[in-house]
Amino acid sequence: MIYVKNLTKIFGDFVAVNHLSFDIQPGDVVGFLGPNGAGKSTTMKMLTGFITPDDGDILIDDLSIYEDAKKIKQKIGYLPEGAPAYGDMTPLQFLNFIAAIRGLKGDLKRQRISHVINRIDLQSVLDKPIDNLSKGFKRRVGLAQALLHDPQILILDEPTDGLDPNQKHQVRELIQNLARDKIVIISTHILEEVSALCNRVMIIAAGQMKFNGTPKELIQKSKYHNAITLHLSYPSDTSGFLDVPGIVDILSDRASGKVTLLTEPGKDILHDVNKHIHERRLPVDTLYVEPGRLDQVFRELTQGGKD
Amino acid sequence: MGMILTLFKREIASFFATPVAYVFITIFLILSAVFAFFIGSLYEREQADLLPFFNFHPWLYLFLVPAIAMRTWSEERKSGSIELLMTLPVSSLQAVIAKFLASWAVLGLSLLLTFPLWLTINYLGEPDNGVVVAAYIGSWLMSGAFLAIGMCMSAMTKNQVVAFILAVVVCFLFVVSGSNIVLDAFKNWAPSMLIDTVASFSFLTHYESLAKGVIALNDVGYFCISIVIWLYASLLIIERKKAD
Repeated sequence: MIYVKNLTKIFGDFVAVNHLSFDIQPGDVVGFLGPNGAGKSTTMKMLTGFITPDDGDILIDDLSIYEDAKKIKQKIGYLPEGAPAYGDMTPLQFLNFIAAIRGLKGDLKRQRISHVINRIDLQSVLDKPIDNLSKGFKRRVGLAQALLHDPQILILDEPTDGLDPNQKHQVRELIQNLARDKIVIISTHILEEVSALCNRVMIIAAGQMKFNGTPKELIQKSKYHNAITLHLSYPSDTSGFLDVPGIVDILSDRASGKVTLLTEPGKDILHDVNKHIHERRLPVDTLYVEPGRLDQVFRELTQGGKD
Repeated sequence: MGMILTLFKREIASFFATPVAYVFITIFLILSAVFAFFIGSLYEREQADLLPFFNFHPWLYLFLVPAIAMRTWSEERKSGSIELLMTLPVSSLQAVIAKFLASWAVLGLSLLLTFPLWLTINYLGEPDNGVVVAAYIGSWLMSGAFLAIGMCMSAMTKNQVVAFILAVVVCFLFVVSGSNIVLDAFKNWAPSMLIDTVASFSFLTHYESLAKGVIALNDVGYFCISIVIWLYASLLIIERKKAD
């Protein structure tokens, strides 16, 4: 498990990470969310032992990052931001080099290398210098490198950045299919990715934890959670909805003709709304219950309430 | 040790996967021959030794070694691969040593490839081959000191050009501090102890006797200690600046 307490990193007079505390259990797939410069990458760099914290503790499987950095590094597979690699090497040479550094030998080495090559579909580029590969392939070589020694902890900094939708899907599938007892931490800008992949979400802004919970809990924070959006065939008076118990506000968008009914938390009002529409004979042609809007929650959490 | 070997192999492979090693070795061979024959008058002296060849090595290394050293850390930091390297179970010390040994091996290979010169003087006369071997070892040691300075400068900046210029300047200081031009400037006013100290820091002073085939402990020790100190400095710099 990973145990982080009061983690702090200061660059000059910029506090990149500010007394961050959290813990992560085996089996957790954690999504780090946050605006650019929020401290996600810095936190990952401290977890992987690349930079030393200015204050606070990191314990990974009861090993301290200050004393047992090398042992910790053996447990972690890490894809740094931008997937850096040695460009003059081919993916095959590169993976062989990483395998040697990771202490893989003989049959196990061959087996692991061919395993990640198959899993990540690198066969077609094995003998081309990494410098000449497309952005997507470079990212996949970085992923292959991180997975090579079958680590217990996988830390991926923006693993799907620069991939096309098919490749994104492939990487997500790969992460989902990892053994259930591993810890996976990914950082991303793509909000949907978090609900698709993770069972824990941490939102970090200005170096501080703004949210730590499940994707479901996150979306429930949205004021649009359980809101009802309907579309009218032609404009008509919708102010009557305010009389329906449980509805607190009506947002109408004239351009698209969509009307959103915000509800009191925890109230199921679909039935009452339906009744109201029938009674008033409103020209509704589409109606659905919103799960919530992640981008709105994200903005509220990271910008301090501005919408 | 195994880790250093793995890193060493990668560095060497990288030298030969790119044109760096080939260009370096070719230029080194051409320039060392030009210096030895045209400026050092190897033939005209009519002496069966390689002194004119070895005498120009400090000046040759002054520009060529920073050229090979400049990429060691700058490139790694610029491309971000240092983040990969430093999050593998490798210590910074192992990385510093492996990188140094790999570049030093390329320098050694370049020196070895000057063997036709040695064959030439053996054909023309009867040189003292012990002296030649000693001079080769001395030259290689000195190139190591140049290299350690260059790597330290490379650790300081992401920009290879800046690393190159800094390395040339620092190496130049260490070379000329023993030359008469600098020592004359001190002679009139400085106490002789200061002059001796300045001179004793010079690569030239320590290389002079090595080039003549005299392997004295203090000269060998000087270059070895220089290498260790500059490598240690680059280790400290890398530890501090790797994430910048």
